[in-house]
Amino acid sequence: MKITIYGSGCKNCVKLAENAKKAVAETGVEAEIVKVEDMKKIAMAGIMSTPAIGIDGEVKIKGRVATVDEIKELIA
Amino acid sequence: MFIIFERFADLVAYSLFGLQAGTRLGESVHFFFYDTTKIIFLLSIMIFFISIVRSYFPPEKTKKLLSNYRKITGHVMASLLGVVTPFCSCSSVPIFIGFVESGIPLGITFSFLITSPIVNEVALVMLYTIFGWKIGTLYLVSGILVGIVGGIVIETLGMEKQVEEYVYQISSGESEVEELDWSDRIDFAKAEVKEIVSRVWKYVIIGIGIGAAIHGYAPAELLAEYAGADNPLSVIAAVIVGIPLYSNAVGTIPIVEALMGKGVALGTALSFMMATTALSLPAMIILRKVIKPKLITVFVTVVGVSIIGVGYMFNFIM
Repeated sequence: MKITIYGSGCKNCVKLAENAKKAVAETGVEAEIVKVEDMKKIAMAGIMSTPAIGIDGEVKIKGRVATVDEIKELIA
Repeated sequence: MFIIFERFADLVAYSLFGLQAGTRLGESVHFFFYDTTKIIFLLSIMIFFISIVRSYFPPEKTKKLLSNYRKITGHVMASLLGVVTPFCSCSSVPIFIGFVESGIPLGITFSFLITSPIVNEVALVMLYTIFGWKIGTLYLVSGILVGIVGGIVIETLGMEKQVEEYVYQISSGESEVEELDWSDRIDFAKAEVKEIVSRVWKYVIIGIGIGAAIHGYAPAELLAEYAGADNPLSVIAAVIVGIPLYSNAVGTIPIVEALMGKGVALGTALSFMMATTALSLPAMIILRKVIKPKLITVFVTVVGVSIIGVGYMFNFIM
């Protein structure tokens, strides 16, 4: 599974990446976490407000920091 | 309603620190504790309610709404939506690309991008608490006007070639918007309060601290002479000084309020606040990713001149 974190590197994006790491660790799911910081690519993914999280290329939650529990549900 | 904060400030300034009421130091310390506690309390409550309203206007919805309007109506709508759409400067590039790529005219996109940072919930809370509803409303209305006028001018100048080519080649298509129920909206609002308050409390304290010092110590005659309504150049100087100063409205407002108490004219003060929030170096560096230097120059000039206009208007009518 591939978890993508979209964001320009601002504080919220760092927080989201941390939450994703925690969720992966807590569920034990095999997943790779990738960060996308290029604005062009973020816009191309149809995201207008960062941070956002995507699973296997599909954007799931955007415009806010998804919680550890929310991410767990997404990857479970 | 604010008596509890008054009592708290009494307690700290006069009992804990043993200062005398009526002395310069005593008054400054009292003012500091009264204002910081009151503003942080009000900010938390107001951000909560404003965030509930904002949860109805995600950028995707704003984009859809805006693509239905053209010309003046488009600029007015964009500027109004700039007030309610959640926005942070780190999202300005994806928002810009999303708008332009979906066919919203460049000038209308700018109307949105100009108003959004000038009029935000934190600035409004600070203005309404510190200055009262009259000045708060004046600021709100003139911020919206600056966005409308700025966008119209940019549209009229036909700057489409000054947008980086790749922006037009991106096609992001439609993306879904999460459906929210009430408990989602409340969670969103709670998260916003936590995020915004933890980000801005330092600036509230620093701003009020400087404001308190000005209240007690700054020489009134000198400021009134240089920045009073009678000095025609004061507005221009305030805007030029304000542009490179990157401060959010939070830190600036208490300082400006204290300066006004010392005779700085209202229009000059409002222009200064708008310049620090609307035009900042970091925001321009971010925008440079999507627009060319010529359009950045036009953007700064148009917004700068509109803000100066607002300043003169207020100095003239007040």
